Amino acid sequence: MEIPRHWRLKQQRYALVGEVCPHCEGKIFPPRDVCPHCSGEAKTPYAFSGRGEVYSYTRISDGPAGFEESAPYTIALVKLEEGPLVTAQLTDLGGQPVDIGMPVEMVTRRIRSDGDERGMIVYGYKFRPVMAAQA
Amino acid sequence: MREVAVIGIGQTKVDEHWDKSLRELAGEAVFAALADAGRESVSAMYVGNMLSGPANKQQHLGAFIADWVGMRYTESMRIESACSSGSAAFRTGLMAVASGAVDSAVVVGVEKMIDSPGDEVTAALATAADADWEVDQGVSFVALNALIMRRYILEYGWKHADFGAFSVNAHTNGKQNPYARFQEGLTVEGYAKAGMIADPINLMDASPMGDGAAAAVMVPLDSLNKNRNGLITVVGSGSATDSLAVHSRTDPLWLTAAEKSVKMAYAQAGIGPEQIDLFEAHDAFTIMAALSLEACGFAERGRAPQLALDGEITPKGRIPIATRGGLKARGHPVGATGMYQIVEVVQQLRGEAHGSQVENAQYGMAQNIGGSGSNIVTHILKRLN
Ligand SMILES: [Zn+2]
Repeated sequence: MEIPRHWRLKQQRYALVGEVCPHCEGKIFPPRDVCPHCSGEAKTPYAFSGRGEVYSYTRISDGPAGFEESAPYTIALVKLEEGPLVTAQLTDLGGQPVDIGMPVEMVTRRIRSDGDERGMIVYGYKFRPVMAAQA
Repeated sequence: MREVAVIGIGQTKVDEHWDKSLRELAGEAVFAALADAGRESVSAMYVGNMLSGPANKQQHLGAFIADWVGMRYTESMRIESACSSGSAAFRTGLMAVASGAVDSAVVVGVEKMIDSPGDEVTAALATAADADWEVDQGVSFVALNALIMRRYILEYGWKHADFGAFSVNAHTNGKQNPYARFQEGLTVEGYAKAGMIADPINLMDASPMGDGAAAAVMVPLDSLNKNRNGLITVVGSGSATDSLAVHSRTDPLWLTAAEKSVKMAYAQAGIGPEQIDLFEAHDAFTIMAALSLEACGFAERGRAPQLALDGEITPKGRIPIATRGGLKARGHPVGATGMYQIVEVVQQLRGEAHGSQVENAQYGMAQNIGGSGSNIVTHILKRLN
């Protein structure tokens, strides 16, 4: 596993830090330095709230290499409230059915482990259902 | 630019070729195409391939294949753009011949997938997606298409069963193609009962992998002295990219790169979708066939399943697709697929598509999709009268 590659992404993986475009105010995640909305330079960091809703989802029963232990799991496109879509696993579902439009929030979880001798474990964002507010 | 004719085609069956190596498969298709063209050699070779590094522990396919087919010393290189590597190589050959940089070219798409364990091939295929932001989250290639399909079904009000007509048409046509991986046919019931891979995508929504190679020989039209009646020329070629990651698309339910590449091809050919007699679409998954038909102007946004349900995609319909089985039944040897599409379009235009011939086909189109919509190449071929 390429350790420096994962280390470079720590701000995004742990804190959902993307960018905001200084020209058009567009919020960008993952960071890409060139604004997808206006093509201007966009390098200003912006921390996303971590709140969003499920745009689409599917269930994976056979995980790809590195994810065998996690399977079965649900993967989703989550629409963040600031606009961008992000690909991430859903967690803490507790057997409740997933629906498109379901409100979710970001949490930090173990996302993959490497079977090689270094035994590196990668942590990052997943999304869980937002608990109904107490009356 | 010079007009370019395709004067020879060759292909192997898409199959589990346990007895044949990567170079033997490529050689078989190249020799068949050269024989069909009546040539012993050409001035350049372009090889389309995606997976030879991880799957065969072999890169550097340009010299590797050229040497094998007796073309040592000839210019040759490998072109890679994931699942659209085959058509990207074809476009490279086209540009080389059309520009006058080379006098003639053979393009071969080749993939040898089944030697490697399934999970390794799955991981290698996933490198077509974004490693940092998609693959590291545990998404597979099938899952990305499932995410698109579920949203499409919800947004446009379809049922999963409505997509069955795509797979039934592909398998019905595949029965007529001796080079197709599957020749058993498929019923609507068989589609509905197929095992789920990543909901809503089941086994009969997805195309099978396989080993295979397909090739074509290209020369300038003005180098041919004979009667041009019946010759096949390339009249349109377009290529466009989009984000690797599905989540970064402006609209995940629209293939912008398909629309851009097809518009280039239509403009060059001076025609529109009304003139296309058959369309080899990239039906890696039923949802991709639907999105491709919409982006190319054959159906309104969100309406492509209706075309399939109405029988308009069969060889007798308004816009026949997967006429020799498509990715679904002919098989999807990823880096070779784009060249299979070209070979099949040429067969149709020559009137050699026995059993699934589109009557009097004059314009045929092929569209090859790399990744889940990230690199899309479209070609339009024409039979001269
Ligand atoms: Zn901007």
